[in-house]
Order: sequence, then C-alpha cells, then structure tokens
Amino acid sequence: MATTETLDHAQEVSYLGAKKGIMSWLVTIDHKRIGVMYLASVLATFALGGILALLVRAELWAPNLVAGDELFSADIYNRLFTLHGLVMVFLFIIPSVPAAFGNFVLPLMIGAKDVAFPRLNLASYYVYVIGTVMALYATIAGGVDTGWTFYTPYSASVSGPVVMMVMAAFVLGFSSIFTGLNFIVTIHKMRAPGMTWQRLPLFLWAIYATSIIQVMATPVLGITLCLLAMERAMGIGIFDPALGGDPVLFQHFFWFYSHPAVYIMILPGMGIMSELVTVHARKTIFGYRAIALSSIAIAVISFLVWGHHMFVSGQSVYAGMIFSFLTFLVAIPSAIKVLNWVATLYGGSIQLNAPMLWAMSFLILFTIGGLTGIFLGTLATDVHLHDTYFVVAHFHYVMVGGTVVAFFGALHHWWPKMFGRMYNEFWANVSAVLFFIGFNVTFFPQFIMGSQGMPRRYYNYLEEFEIFHKISTSGTWLIGLSFIIMVVYLVRSLTSGEKASANPWGAKSLEWATQSPPIEHNFHEIPTVTEGPYDFPKAGGK
Amino acid sequence: MASETAQGSFWMPPEASTFAGDVDALFDFIYWLNVFFFVAITGAIVYFAIKYRRKSDDQLATSQVGHNTLIEAAWTFIPLLIVIAIFVWGFRVYLDQSVAPDGAYEVKVTAQAYAWSYTYPDGRVEQELVVPEDTPVKLVMASKDLLHSFFVPDFRVKSDVIPGRYTTVWFEAKDPGEHIVFCTEYCGSGHSAMMSKVVVKTVPEFEEWLKSSGPPDGMSLADWGAQLYTGAGCAACHSVDGSQRVGPSWKGVFGSERKMAEGPAVKADENYLRESILQPLNKVVAGYPPSMPSYQGQLSDAKIDALIEYMKTLK
Repeated sequence: MATTETLDHAQEVSYLGAKKGIMSWLVTIDHKRIGVMYLASVLATFALGGILALLVRAELWAPNLVAGDELFSADIYNRLFTLHGLVMVFLFIIPSVPAAFGNFVLPLMIGAKDVAFPRLNLASYYVYVIGTVMALYATIAGGVDTGWTFYTPYSASVSGPVVMMVMAAFVLGFSSIFTGLNFIVTIHKMRAPGMTWQRLPLFLWAIYATSIIQVMATPVLGITLCLLAMERAMGIGIFDPALGGDPVLFQHFFWFYSHPAVYIMILPGMGIMSELVTVHARKTIFGYRAIALSSIAIAVISFLVWGHHMFVSGQSVYAGMIFSFLTFLVAIPSAIKVLNWVATLYGGSIQLNAPMLWAMSFLILFTIGGLTGIFLGTLATDVHLHDTYFVVAHFHYVMVGGTVVAFFGALHHWWPKMFGRMYNEFWANVSAVLFFIGFNVTFFPQFIMGSQGMPRRYYNYLEEFEIFHKISTSGTWLIGLSFIIMVVYLVRSLTSGEKASANPWGAKSLEWATQSPPIEHNFHEIPTVTEGPYDFPKAGGK
Repeated sequence: MASETAQGSFWMPPEASTFAGDVDALFDFIYWLNVFFFVAITGAIVYFAIKYRRKSDDQLATSQVGHNTLIEAAWTFIPLLIVIAIFVWGFRVYLDQSVAPDGAYEVKVTAQAYAWSYTYPDGRVEQELVVPEDTPVKLVMASKDLLHSFFVPDFRVKSDVIPGRYTTVWFEAKDPGEHIVFCTEYCGSGHSAMMSKVVVKTVPEFEEWLKSSGPPDGMSLADWGAQLYTGAGCAACHSVDGSQRVGPSWKGVFGSERKMAEGPAVKADENYLRESILQPLNKVVAGYPPSMPSYQGQLSDAKIDALIEYMKTLK
C-alpha cells in the first residue's frame, strides 16, 4: 500500500458533510458529489427501465387469441419496448459505470484531488439531465415506437415526437463525450508520483479504453441522428428511397457508433471485474498486462465489426465474410479476460460476500453471453437466428449479465467508501443469488424459443411459444423481488448501517487509503505510490 | 409449423430445406463447443469457490502467481484457431445459402405493411407461397414501403426486404407440407401479424395448381374470403368481432352507413368496399388514420369478390 498516513487521523468531516444545503450539491464541482448525483440518477432511470421491462413481459404472458385478451394495444406495447431500450441504453447503461463509479473513484485511485476539468464534469451532468428531460418529454408527448435503433424508413415516416427523442439521444451523447474527454486527460496528467501505467488499476485501464471510444464514436451517432432529424423535418433525402436516399445507409451509420457503444457499455463492467475478483480473493490479478492490453485491443477492433448487425440486410456476401472474420477477432480479447479472472481465483482467499457473488454471476452469465455470440458471428447460423429471441437473450446475457451485474457488484464494493456505512451482508447475498436465478429463468428460455423461430419485437405470438414466454415472464418477478430487497437493505444501511472503516475489504488501491467516506479533497497530501494495486501478501510470507 | 414429415429438435424447428441440415450441423458443433467451455469455466469457478473459500478473517491467498506465458499463449491461440475454423465453416454454408442454382424457379415477393404477396411468372398474384418440392426456388423480393424481413424458420432462410432494392433468398423444399413465414424486421403496429405460409406441393400438384383460378376445390367464395382475410394481411388492422384495431372492424360493415373524414356519408356497398381495397385513401372513415396501403395489383378480381362475400357474412 502506498500510504496509511491518513488512517491515523481521527475521523474528519467527509465530502458528504463538508458543505450543507441543496445548493451545495447542485453547483458542486467535487467529483465525488457529481458521482453520487449520477449514481442517484442512473438508479432512477434503471428503475424506470425495469418497470417498462416488467410491463413488456406482462403483455407477453399469454398470446392474444380473441379480443379482450390483450393487456395493452400493439401501439402501446411498441412504445413500451422502444422506451425500455432507449432508457436502458442511453439513460442507464452508457453513463452508469463511468459517470457514477468512474467519477467517484477515478481521482481517488490515481491519488488526485479531482478530475482535470471539474466544471466540465458538472456540465456533463447537467447535459445528461437536459437529455433525460427531453427524452421524458418525448415520452409524455406521445412516445415513440421506432425501436431504440431508429431504423429508417420507419423512423422517418411514422408520426410522433421522433425528432425530440432523437435530439435527446444527441444531447446525451455530449454528456458522454465530456466525461470521456475529462477522464482521458485526468489519467494522462494527474497520476500521483509513482503511479506508473503498469501500476494503474485495471478498472482505470478499462475506463480509459471506454473514454477513447466515447470521444471517437459518439460524434458519428450525433451526425446520424441529425441527418435523420433533417430528413424528417425538412424532407432532405438521405435515407428515404422515395427521395433518392438509401435506407440501409442508416444502419451502417447507426451501427458504426452502436457497435463500439456495446463496448462503451461492457468495458467498464470488465474493469470492475478486475477489482472485485482480486480484492475479495486477496489475490494478485492473473495476467495484468493481457487484461490491460485487451481493453485497448477491444477499443480498436470494435470500430471494424459493425457489419455483423447486417448479415441479412442485403449487404454483399463478401462484406458479410469480412465482418464475420473481424467479429471473431474481437471475441478473443474478451475470452482472454474471462479466463484471466477465473485463473485469478486460483489459490485465493475467496470471501463469498455480495461483491464476490455478483462477480461470479458476471463470470457465468457473461460466459454464456459470449459463447452464444459465436452462433451469431457465424454467417450460416446467424441467418437463421438474426432478429429472433435468440439475439434478445444473447445481448441481455452480455449487457445485463455483464454490465448490469458488474454495476451492482461495484455498488456493493464501493458502497462503504461512498457512504461510510456497511450494509446487511445476509440480505445482500440473498438479493444477489435471487437476481442470478431470476435472470436465468427470464432469459434462458428466450434462447430456445429464438432458435425455434420466435421473432423479436412481436406484440403477439403463436401458441407454441407460450410456455417459453410464461417461464420468461415469471423470471422477471424474481428479478423485481431481488431489487426490492436491495432497496430496503441499502436504505437501512444509509440510515442505520454500521460505520465502515477506511478499508473494510483490505484492498490495495488508493481509494481505500483515505477515510470512508473520503474527505473533501480526497487526501491530506498527494500519496506516493510504491506498489502495484494488486500486491496482496501470500500465506507464509513472500 | 411442423411439416408432416420432419420433426424439430429441442433447439431447432424441422429441417425442411436441403441446406437446413448443413446449418444445423454447424449449430450443433458450436452448441457442444459452448457446452464444453461453459462446463469447464463454471466448473472451475465453483471448484475454486469451494476449495479456496475464506474460512478465517485473516486467511491469505496461498498463491500470488501473476502470469504464466505458456497458459496465456495456449488460451489465446487455441480459441483463435477454433473460431477461425468456425468462421470458414460458417462462410461455406452461407455461400450455399446465398447463391441460388442456375435455372431456379423464380417468384417475386412483395412486402408491404402488413402483408406478403407472391407474383408468379404468369402474372398471377397469391397470398400464400405455393412451391413445388425438390425444386430450387428463388425469391426476388422488394418492399413497397418500409423494411421488412422474410423468414422461414423451417428452411433456415432470412433476408431483409427493402424499398427500392431487390434482395433474394432461395431454397429447395424437401417434402410437401406447410411452413410459416414471419416478418422479422420491426415494421410497426401490425408487425407481429405479418405472417404468411409456404405451401409445398408435389410437382404434379403444383402444376395443376398453377392452372387453377378461383377458390380452392369445394370451398365457397365466402370461405375463401375468410382465408384471404388472414392470408392477405387484412387481419393485422381489421377485426371481425367489432374490437378496435388500426382500421374499422368488418363486423356489420356491409350495407352500413359510413361517416367519412371528409365529404358526405357513404353506404358500404360492393363498389365502396372494392374502392376501399384498391384506393383506400379516396374515402377514409371518420376517426381512423389514412394509413392503409393500396392492394392494386396485389389481389385478383376473384379474390376481391371473395373478401366482399366474406364481409357480407359478418353481421
């Protein structure tokens, strides 16, 4: 460990109590407070997206055979699944880990007092709020039913506040760019003495790779959405064949951003994994260099695989061939990471607490998500599986089983640091296990019905798929229950939880070298780093 | 969905086209590879979690090994070789799926929200895709409005159908039978109702069918209309039990007085109903969006007669 100097001080006023009143939060430039505001916001949008998911699954409980069977009309259902996707992707997952936990722990981990541009950081939060308000306004003003992908020509011709929703995504993109830019500069310029790149915690390598994608890919989404808005508002023919445009061009533009965006979503989750499996097993990471470099490799290759979303879109056989090959290349760095985390557990001192249970859930669920991706990267099998529930199951295993699970692992890992209190260990474990069961009950049947031919985004379905839909919908209730339990024990922790020590897990990275919760300026003096972040001792001495 | 001659498996629907077996062989290979790696990885996690579980608060790790070049090289290059093999295999089967044999029987497919229609070389237009068995059939497809996607699970074929551009799929059906067609590109409120059927006949039956016109043998005009009601996609927007969908219900529509969005009320007689099918935007009923596509060229006169006959029965 770098320094234990601060631990000897008596508990001092933390960042939470340093200033009082609502205004001290709203205009704060403290990265920790901005991180907490982001955390509260993304938890709220996650709850909203989760309720939408419960409603979508409730409608799918049974097929509509006669009039009166349906819970919602087709138009309402289509708005619900569109909003579920938009809220979860743009309002929750993309900002979740970087903006909430990245903001909070990044400066602490490198021994800095704040990020490089604290005011830009606050601005990014308000841009996020503005984008969120625009999206909610579009929802209240009729909602959109285009799917989160906004494919043309449907999105260019359907009525409803599509332009407002598109502009919301455009604005949210700037929030993402600001955060990415800030983190890149902070990691380059503000590391404490002795914090070499080889001593950078792997969470930060992942955040760094994510930030590069955010800064480079997000403008493409912005341009694409602007072109769509121009076509709708001014009749400029870019995507509409009736105006001389090309509807498939939109898909190229969209996925040129949105495939790298998949890695904006998953890389931070991978970063969290490297922290959880080491700290809660008191074990040095296996293959530090391979994990760090694979993050960068993923960031680079992710720009070259967008065409695998379009194998049946009418692109040429040879374009399909090249994209399929590159897709398999990008799979390798992800596989290496999973194997490294499993190997890290070897010989460890594994504490089966909430962060570790979430980490193990990630390993199992993300493995299923990754392996089932092989079917989809392979041309011949993708033709059959494309746009079926198999794809829905696959990306939920990656996005939820990966990123969302890592997010909740991080929440339990850094919770004592952020709020200075412990949570009820028993109920935290119950919640983690219940989620794992509920998730598999919800999404595993979707693989089977998908390969049997059930298309996605279907309001109604044939009776032969009913059993799979019934199992899937009942799983969502278990997931809902696990989160209700979590809300209860986390609220109780805030009000009456046991006080957390500076370093309750015995971790080695710098955020644990200051008190819990940290003082306003993080450290009394900038620490000097002499060891790596995972240099745990071995039984019987070194 | 199942054809009479082939059963599906736990994972896959019946194999009803010549290359379905090739796709499924690759699917099975990847599947068992998945099972192997999943069991190995999960097994290792569970084993480590039990063996190395922390039993006392001050227990330290018994190993701090940071890397092992041999192991790391192995798990980089072995998976790489496996996925390259899968890539090559997948591409070869995909080439078979993509390139139709010369001289395949050609049918034009037209997609519009929310119906499929099939135009045969002699100009006849059908709502079900009737094809001969053991004969390569090539579909040349285009959309009149939005993106749609033509998917026959039993054949393992799928392709988007795009406005302003032709896309193709081909297949050779193995046995007589019926197979469902789904739309798999989201296209709005009627997306999940945009289904159709492939009917595979023996070659002599198919040739006989090609010569026929009017309702199938032994079927009344109204019954044929009832079949076309779902087959031609009417059901996506019009109910027959009075319930509310995108367009007006057909229950009691024939002979009723219809209030128009513009202009005087109209009595729904044969001529009005025919006009509403062919030029639906001429007279739009009050309270409904002017969103119905034209069926000009999609339905023969005999079929329009059948649909009107069917509406007459919905009192």
